[in-house]
Amino acid sequence: MEDIFGNLAIGFIEVFKLQAITLGGMTMTLPFNIIMCLIGVLLGTLIGVLPGIGPVATIAMLLPVTFNLAPIAALIMLAGIYYGAQYGGSTTAILINLPGESSSVVTCLDGYQMARQGRAGPALATAAIASFFAGCVSTLVVALFAPPLAEVALKFGPAEYFSLMVLGLVAAVVLAHGSLIKAIAMVILGLLLGLVGTDVNSGVLRFAFGISELADGIGFVTVAMGMFGICEIIANLEQKEHREVFTTKVGRLMPTKEDFKRMIAPILRGTVLGSALGILPGGGALLASFGAYTFEKKISVNSAQFGKGAIEGVAAPEAANNAGAQTSFIPLLTLGIPSNPVMALMIGAMMIQGIAPGPQVMTERPQLFWGMIASMWVGNLMLIVLNLPLIGMWIKLLTVPYRILYPSILLFMAIGVFSISNQPFDCFLMACFGLLGYVCVKLGCEPAPLILGFILGPLMEENLRRAMLLSRGDPFVFISPSKPISMGFLLASFVLLVIIALPALRKKREQAFQAEDQSHRS
Amino acid sequence: MKIKSQQDCWAGLMFIAFGLFFITFALGTPEFIDRIVGAKLIGGYQMGSSVRMGPAYFPVVLGGMLAVLGLMVLLDSVIEAGPKVAKFHFRPLLFIAVSSLAFAYLLKPLGLVLASMALVFISAYGGHEFKLKEVAIMAVVLVIFSVLVFVKALSLPFPICPAFIDICPIR
Repeated sequence: MEDIFGNLAIGFIEVFKLQAITLGGMTMTLPFNIIMCLIGVLLGTLIGVLPGIGPVATIAMLLPVTFNLAPIAALIMLAGIYYGAQYGGSTTAILINLPGESSSVVTCLDGYQMARQGRAGPALATAAIASFFAGCVSTLVVALFAPPLAEVALKFGPAEYFSLMVLGLVAAVVLAHGSLIKAIAMVILGLLLGLVGTDVNSGVLRFAFGISELADGIGFVTVAMGMFGICEIIANLEQKEHREVFTTKVGRLMPTKEDFKRMIAPILRGTVLGSALGILPGGGALLASFGAYTFEKKISVNSAQFGKGAIEGVAAPEAANNAGAQTSFIPLLTLGIPSNPVMALMIGAMMIQGIAPGPQVMTERPQLFWGMIASMWVGNLMLIVLNLPLIGMWIKLLTVPYRILYPSILLFMAIGVFSISNQPFDCFLMACFGLLGYVCVKLGCEPAPLILGFILGPLMEENLRRAMLLSRGDPFVFISPSKPISMGFLLASFVLLVIIALPALRKKREQAFQAEDQSHRS
Repeated sequence: MKIKSQQDCWAGLMFIAFGLFFITFALGTPEFIDRIVGAKLIGGYQMGSSVRMGPAYFPVVLGGMLAVLGLMVLLDSVIEAGPKVAKFHFRPLLFIAVSSLAFAYLLKPLGLVLASMALVFISAYGGHEFKLKEVAIMAVVLVIFSVLVFVKALSLPFPICPAFIDICPIR
C-alpha cells in the first residue's frame, strides 16, 4: 500500500514539475506537463463535442500535434484528449441524441429524454459527476493492479506474448459489429498491412513495390486517419444534416437533492462494473457502458422509468464508461497490448516517441508510467472544473453546421499526415485508406479490428518467430504443458470463439447490436 | 446458386483478393506462369523453415487464412440472406480524395496558403451546399489559423508562399 502512495507521489511530482520552456524566443519556467494536460482536455472536448467525430478520429487528428513534445508531455496530453473526447461524446448524446462514440450510445437513451423534458442541465451535471467519481476510483485501480500485472508480464516469453496477442485480438473481434468471420478477416488484413516495409529479421523489403516511402512501413497515423477520419467524413456527407439541439432548454445545472439520492448507488455500481470490464482485453468503455446500463435496468427500483429519462440511466453508464476507459490503460501499460482502437493509437504514439510499450516501461521509466497515471486523475478533475462552466460554449459548437466543420477537419488531418515525413505520399496513402474504409463499411466490415491487427502485426510475427526458434520449430510449444500461461490464453480465445459461434448466443449478440443500431437512428 | 447476400458476396471476394495478393507477392509467381511468360514476374521472398522463418512465412500463412475466411464469407452469402450493398456516393468520395491529394502535392511547390485554399474549396464543393462567400471566409480564417498554429507555434517546416516568388510578404 505504501508503495502505491510513494509511486503516485512520483507521478504527481512529475505532472506538476516546473520546466524551462523556450517558446518564440522567450524562456519561461512553467508547469509544462499540467498545461499540456489542460490543453489536451480542452482540445479533446472541443473536437469530441463536434458531431460526427469520435474519439479515435479526434486522437488521430491531434496526434501530430504531440510529435514535437517530450514523451511524458505527449502521453499526458493524449490521455487528456481521450477523456475530453469521451466527455464531449456524452454531451452530444444528451443534447442532440447523437452519440459521439459507441460507448455513449446508451447515454442517449435516458440522457436525451431528460433533455427533452427540460432537464438537460442536471443530465449533463450527472454525467460529469459520475465520470469524475469513476475516474478517481479507477485511477487507484490502475495504480493498484498495474504493478503486479507488469511483474507477471515481465516473465512472459515470446510464446506467452504471441498467445496473449491472439487472445487480445479474438476478444476485440467478439465486440465488433456484425459478422464474426468478417471481423476476423479484418484483423488478418490489418496484420498483413502491418507487415509492409522492411522485415526486421532479414532486412528484406516486403510489399513495397519499389516505393521508397514504404520502406519504413505504412504509418499507423495514416491508416487511422484514413480508415476513421476520411471515411467518417464521406459517410457523413451522404446524408443531409438533420439535428435538433436543445440549446435554450439546458436550464439550471445542479441536480436536485432527490436526483443526488438516486444517482449515488448507480454511480458506485457503474464504477465497479466499468473498472472490471475495462481490464479485459477487448473490453474498455463500450462493453462497460452497455453492461452497466443493462445491469442497472434490471436491479433498479425505477426500472419502469428507464428509457423515459431516468437519472440512473445516465449515471451508471457514464460512470462505467469512464472507469472502463481508464482501466483499459492497464493492459496497455503492463502488457503493451491494445484492447481497443483508442489504445492502439496510444501504442502508436508511444512507439513514435521511442518507447517500446510493455512491462519494462514501469521499471525503466517510472516517471513516465506514474506521471501518466497521476495525470489521469488530474485530467478528470479538470474535466469537471472546466466543462461545467463552459457548457454554454460547447452547446454553441453543436450548432456549427457540418459543411463548415468537415473542410477544417480535413485540412488539419492533411497537415498532420503530411508533417509525419514531410512527403505528399502519406496523404495519398491516407486517401487510399479512406477509400478502403468506405468500401469496408459498405460491405458491412468494421474498420476497428483492422487497426488493432495493424498495430500488432509486426509484434506478433516477431514473437512467433522467436518462439518457434526457441522450440526448434515445434508448433505445439504454444499449448505445451510447460507453458501453462500460453496454453491458458489460447484456451480462453478458443472458448470465446466457440461461445460466440453458438447459435443461441449469436442471436443474442445480434439483437444487442440491432438495439444499438436502432438507438443510433432514432 | 443464387446470391442471397450481396454484401457478403463482395466482402468475401475482397478478402480472397487481398489474401491471394499477399500470397502471390510473398511467394512470387508460380513456376508454370514464369515459363509461359518467359521471365520471373514477381520475385517473392524466402519462405524459410518453421524453425527459422523467412520473410515470406508469416504473410503466406496469414494470406492463406484470409483467403479461406473470404471463401467462408462468400459461401455464407449463398446460404444466408443478408443486406444489399448500400449505394455508393461518389461525389463526396471523389472530392474528399482529390482535395487531400491536391493539398499534398501542391504544398511544396505552392506553399501552405494556396494548398490549404485548394483543399478547402475542393472539399467544400463535394458537400450538399456550396456557398462561395461562406467558403471563402472559411478558407481565409483556416489559412490564418494554420499558418499561426502549425508554422509559427508548432514550427512545422512548411513553406508558406509559392516557391517561385522570391520576396514574400509573410515569412
